[in-house]
Amino acid sequence: MNTTRTIRVDNLTRVEGEGALYVKIKDDLVENVQLKIYEPPRFFEAFLRGRHYEEVPDITARICGICPIAYQVTAVQAMEDAFGLKVDDQIRALRKLIYCGEWIESHVLHVFMLHAPDFLGYADAIEMAKDHPEIVQRSLQMKKVGNQIVTLLGGREIHPINLRVGGFYKVPEKKDFAQLAERLKWAREAALESVGWAASLPFPNFEQSYEFVALDYPGEYPLNEGRVVSNKGLNIGVHEYDDHFIEEQVPYSNALHARLKERGSYFVGPLARYNLAFERLSPIAKEAARAAGLGATCLNPFQSIIVRAVEILHACDEALRLIDEYEVPNQPSLKVEPRPSIGHSASEAPRGILYHRYELDEQGLILDATIIPPTSQNQSIIEKDLKYFVEQHLNLPKEELTWKCEQAIRNYDPCISCATHFLRLEIERES
Amino acid sequence: MTESATPLKTLVIGVGNGYRGDDGVGLSVARHLKDQVPSHVKVVEASGETTALMALWEEATVVILIDAVYSGASPGTIHRLDAQQQTTSTNFFRGSTHSFGVAEAIELARVLNQLPPHLLLYGIEAHHFEEGSSLSPEVEAAAKIVVEQILQDLLI
Repeated sequence: MNTTRTIRVDNLTRVEGEGALYVKIKDDLVENVQLKIYEPPRFFEAFLRGRHYEEVPDITARICGICPIAYQVTAVQAMEDAFGLKVDDQIRALRKLIYCGEWIESHVLHVFMLHAPDFLGYADAIEMAKDHPEIVQRSLQMKKVGNQIVTLLGGREIHPINLRVGGFYKVPEKKDFAQLAERLKWAREAALESVGWAASLPFPNFEQSYEFVALDYPGEYPLNEGRVVSNKGLNIGVHEYDDHFIEEQVPYSNALHARLKERGSYFVGPLARYNLAFERLSPIAKEAARAAGLGATCLNPFQSIIVRAVEILHACDEALRLIDEYEVPNQPSLKVEPRPSIGHSASEAPRGILYHRYELDEQGLILDATIIPPTSQNQSIIEKDLKYFVEQHLNLPKEELTWKCEQAIRNYDPCISCATHFLRLEIERES
Repeated sequence: MTESATPLKTLVIGVGNGYRGDDGVGLSVARHLKDQVPSHVKVVEASGETTALMALWEEATVVILIDAVYSGASPGTIHRLDAQQQTTSTNFFRGSTHSFGVAEAIELARVLNQLPPHLLLYGIEAHHFEEGSSLSPEVEAAAKIVVEQILQDLLI
């Protein structure tokens, strides 16, 4: 019998095109998967044109409520690249520190509030909190520690304002970190326990061959800068990004999909970083990963929840190391002299590589801006995962298949992770 | 140190995304209130992410939260809810930037017994969430009324 099934997941939020999934099944084969995710950077690229470079960190920070630091750090680094500035090592350390704070905040939110309920069979974190209040409470406390770092260095809780091209407006004294360091020690212990807890969740067998792409910086786990490398031979400077990656318009979405020109879809984010830089995790994080049964390579995207827990632990430990070694820099920021130029930067946002490119004139006004967020880079990999996953689970009842599809999407922590809780699935059978 | 010992802490939280049309109305109300509220009242702006909201109001006794909503009522309609008295629908408060949002913060806090003793919600019915920073005229007019109402609330 010739049978066609269609799975359609439309989001129920009011903004059209915010996120939707369409799967077409014919004769027990998945014929087509289309994932639509709304991408705010498109608006901001146009909005930035004609703005002064000093405004850019603040404007780009508003692109994402979850990861403003990733946007700010990448933006200021791109401007510094354009103007030929090299910041002091301690300025660089402070940026890494605030970035660790954001990793902690974002990963804790995703692991405990958004992804864990999928594995434990709860509709959402609210349901989960009824049965596991202690886990939810602990995660809220962990997230607060990340928030404390961002507040201390960013200057305020929401929309940090302290980062600037050339450095910071104001830098902390060493003593300012005393209370934070104590909280971080607690968070590191909590993170260590969380790795074992995440590893105890039930995982489906699911592995595919992926091209993982992450930043590479000598001696450091990928974070704020580096070359762009992959497990399939890519190794380029960030200036060459546009020579190797292309953003393609797909007919069913206003979002762009980023692809490697040579080989197509690729995978960015925690799993990519882990697989390409396992040896550079802090010793405690590496040890915890091994104890949790993860090897140096993890190919199952469902286990990204364990890898995120490992990265939370790494970020806590790294933050403590940075605080311990901190010396007040000679000056909070370098003098900036704009010039007609092009600057590039990429950093590791919690969800993966975030790339910025700016073209500026002699006054420091933006002539052109390109912002490629991790979610648009992972979009085709998510589609591939869903195709394979649905084929493996064709016999599941509709409701369960929907849930599993959402969970598979959430493996990537896309910006719509939370919106997918409102998704609706339709399966149509045609014969 | 003396500040944290103050028994009553009142917090006004404007929630939204200033680049998504009427979604910025909560922020607009907060900005208008900033210079008009009594000195014991703190006014903040927030993106609406669940756990960040819960951390914000942790030590507050009275919280007034303003956000854009989309319930199907006509644009500019003002909804006023007491979170202690009724549950909030996740479809009502639009989690700005598709985040885990306001309604989740309230319901999660309720489960964990972390709701502030007084939590008043103002939902302003939005007309559009298109990209851009301007408010619809009906929504802007409603924002002005809400500013006045909150100033009255703060007197009680």
